[in-house]
Amino acid sequence: MNDASGSGETREQEPEIVADFSNRHKSAMTRLLGFLQTTPSAIPLFVLVMAIIIFGILNGHRFFSPFALTLILQQVAIVGIVAVAQSLVILTAGIDLSVGAIAVMASVIMGKFSFDLGIPPELAVLCGLGSGLLFGTANGLLVAYVKLPPFIVTLGMWQIVLAANFLYSGSVVIRSEEIAQKAPILQFFGRTITFGGAVFTYGVILLLLLVLLMSYILSQTSWGRHVYAVGDDPEAAELSGVKVKATLVSVYAIGGFICALAGWALIGRLGSVSPQAGQLANIESITAVVIGGISLFGGRGSVAGTLFGALIVGVFTLGLRLLGADVQWTYLLIGALIIFAVTIDQAIRKVSL
Amino acid sequence: MTEAVLTARKLNKRYGHVVAMEDCDFDLLPGEILAIIGDNGAGKSTLIKALSGALRPDSGEIRLEGKPVTINSPIQARELGIETVYQTLALSPALSIADNMFMGRELLKPGIMGSLFRQLDKKKMQAIARDKLSELGLMTIQNISQTVETLSGGQRQGVAVARAAAFGTNVVILDEPTAALGVKESRKVLDLIKTIKEKGIPIILISHNMPHVFEVADRIHVHRLGKRLCIIDPKDYSMSDAVALMTGAMAPPDKEAA
Amino acid sequence: MKYLTTLATALLVSAGMSVAASAADTSVCLITKDATNPFFVKMKEGAEAKAKELGVELRSFAGKYDGDHETQVSAIETCIAAGAGGILLVATDSKAITGSVKKARDAGLVVIALDTPLDPMDAADMTFATDNFLAGELIGQWAAKTIDDPAKAKIGLININVTQPSVGVLRNQGFLTGFGIDIGDKSKWGDETDSRIVGQEIGNGNAEGGRKGMENLLAIDPDINVVYTINEPTAAGAYEALKAFGKQNDAIIVSVDGGCPGVANVGAGIIGATAQQYPLDMAGKGVEAIVKAVKTGEMPAATEGKDFYDTGVGLVTDKPVKGLKQLTVEEGKNLCWG
Repeated sequence: MNDASGSGETREQEPEIVADFSNRHKSAMTRLLGFLQTTPSAIPLFVLVMAIIIFGILNGHRFFSPFALTLILQQVAIVGIVAVAQSLVILTAGIDLSVGAIAVMASVIMGKFSFDLGIPPELAVLCGLGSGLLFGTANGLLVAYVKLPPFIVTLGMWQIVLAANFLYSGSVVIRSEEIAQKAPILQFFGRTITFGGAVFTYGVILLLLLVLLMSYILSQTSWGRHVYAVGDDPEAAELSGVKVKATLVSVYAIGGFICALAGWALIGRLGSVSPQAGQLANIESITAVVIGGISLFGGRGSVAGTLFGALIVGVFTLGLRLLGADVQWTYLLIGALIIFAVTIDQAIRKVSL
Repeated sequence: MTEAVLTARKLNKRYGHVVAMEDCDFDLLPGEILAIIGDNGAGKSTLIKALSGALRPDSGEIRLEGKPVTINSPIQARELGIETVYQTLALSPALSIADNMFMGRELLKPGIMGSLFRQLDKKKMQAIARDKLSELGLMTIQNISQTVETLSGGQRQGVAVARAAAFGTNVVILDEPTAALGVKESRKVLDLIKTIKEKGIPIILISHNMPHVFEVADRIHVHRLGKRLCIIDPKDYSMSDAVALMTGAMAPPDKEAA
Repeated sequence: MKYLTTLATALLVSAGMSVAASAADTSVCLITKDATNPFFVKMKEGAEAKAKELGVELRSFAGKYDGDHETQVSAIETCIAAGAGGILLVATDSKAITGSVKKARDAGLVVIALDTPLDPMDAADMTFATDNFLAGELIGQWAAKTIDDPAKAKIGLININVTQPSVGVLRNQGFLTGFGIDIGDKSKWGDETDSRIVGQEIGNGNAEGGRKGMENLLAIDPDINVVYTINEPTAAGAYEALKAFGKQNDAIIVSVDGGCPGVANVGAGIIGATAQQYPLDMAGKGVEAIVKAVKTGEMPAATEGKDFYDTGVGLVTDKPVKGLKQLTVEEGKNLCWG
């Protein structure tokens, strides 16, 4: 029994161990799962690399070219940006079904404000971004203060925003040519820079920058720690002094803003303002997030994983297409990957002493 | 008598028709371990929540070192130097020990990285966390970055108590700290409690476990029917006396709580 | 007591409704694939205008998206229950909807298929449509005459849905026939063996699908020089992909629709030629035909030599070729919709 250490002298005898935190012998599997606990994006990265290698071998130079690989980046860029927003929400154990609708609505606002209201396109872009912030905040307030389940809130918001989108736009497409002439800034993220055979759109660069920025914020700032805490155990977080409600609202608000950015990038990709676009963005973003190792139960995962998840879907899609396989095979394999990813998540959660 | 560190007078709280606290008084003397005992439904949790900021009383006054204070949230309680270890521990399982120690009061890096980029000073937080755990006799941790969910019940209790002791400059409140633990781990926690007392911080201990209460408490606050019944000295009463007072089988002593 | 009141109210209301229904004229139902494709938006406008002119009530229904078959099934059932005189239907699944159409016809409603013929075509009382095969043929012929060496062409096709609805099959097979490629089975695409075909993609009829489809085709063969697209939004998306890879001048895009944005794109050189169709006409004449059939019992007749009523098609291009009747972009603009 340890005597009261009133004096400052060092004890020669072994101090009684009150709580031992040393690593005891663990099986290889437990150690692997433990590693994955701290680096959940390791598995999607591994799957991504393997997929690139396998499809590269099967497809040859057509797949392994800078052209094809950067094409994949372009094809997943919009969904990837939306998935960054979705990652934030899912980290808080929420879910956002309205992401695609918010993105499309933002693009329609940017287009219509420029052309119908005649305001300077730069201002129209800001209005579009502001609309994303607005809808996101509405989601957040309903989830945090009215305490409605996120699934229900965003389900309703999805319908509301999508219908508003069609009502406001009248389903009319604003043509690429007109935009190029009168409001080229709307197509900003469609511009490209080329190195050899590799083509990068500004949209791809936006995605990569967002992932880097969010990674930093989530791991290196207190707000980021709070996001994880809120997702992991909101009551514990509240009692620990985290402003849970404010954190939730900010997560959904920032998510909405990022979706609006995706809407802006969408105009760049399509050239035109198309109210019919982005219909599947909510499902596709959730797919990327889950495959990327972020737990639907909150508190675990990294945004880098989401990027890998989005790329995995893109690699599978293009790789199988080049092989001439029926597009249904892509859906089948992605479905299997989703289940695989969630199974791994459950196994990680069970790891304990 | 010595000036009380924390007092409460005439606290009231109702939930609809249910009276949780009725004209409840409370006193905590400096440097003591005060145990609060009471039957289920007596209102101990309500009193503690009022003191820790998890709940706002309908009326009444709380004073810290003689000055009236309002404690509207857990954060405010912490700012006043009152730290609580809840029965649920309030730890985030998926986050690391260091993350949990500093949750809600993270340290930023000095200079521009901290002020402009809001970057966390993780090394410093980990170092301080390691120190605080060692100070309490908890073995130096191999990996302070391991997640709380990989720890056993006793280890988690240790982290929660270390957190409270690290930041609790005025009062540390422990709500049923040994309830979920086995004999050996309870022993460790009781030693922890004594170590905190040695640092001079007064402790409020809520417990159902009479042997533990009688081992560490300097005074025992008996809570009954939404208010303080009396305060007894464990040296003057037996455990069965305490239980009898709690359940109403025994009448309280006439003398006022000193 | 409460039950009796409710019962009495219900009886009164339905009595009142049936009186009102017979007092008003026939009602016509319009069921489109979705409510957001400008083509169907225009169709609805045309139908509403004609219905107002004739003093009949028009009820509109639409699937939630192109491919939403269930909503069309329940719309038909609603129209039967509401005692409509007839249904104008743009079928999203031209094979699967025939069961519901038969129920409607058995109940005495006149069913006219618009734009997309049912499969088999006589499942409807009459079909008012563009000759989609001819539309495809025209642009196929134009493409073959425009590029330098049709024998060495590299052709990419971006179709509509994976279910291969009739409108998609007809235009696709028409295009290939017009270009001079053996189509094998006329009832579906994908079975062709001509090596000039680089690939067939699914674009779901919108710009996103057009862009992605074009990108996939370019990944298979970057030297594609002829691109067939099911409609003009698809063509717009495909053009963006070509532009992103600097190939907008290396390939010609052909399309079908003749909407005003599409015709403008022809003028801008984005689309080489487009086959223009007339949805306002289609819908307006469809409403007329149903009202006439209900009043006089006379069913609408097919166009001479065809088994459907041809609402006409025009080839709009800025680069006319010999041997085809073509409309200039200006003329196209006068007739365009949307």
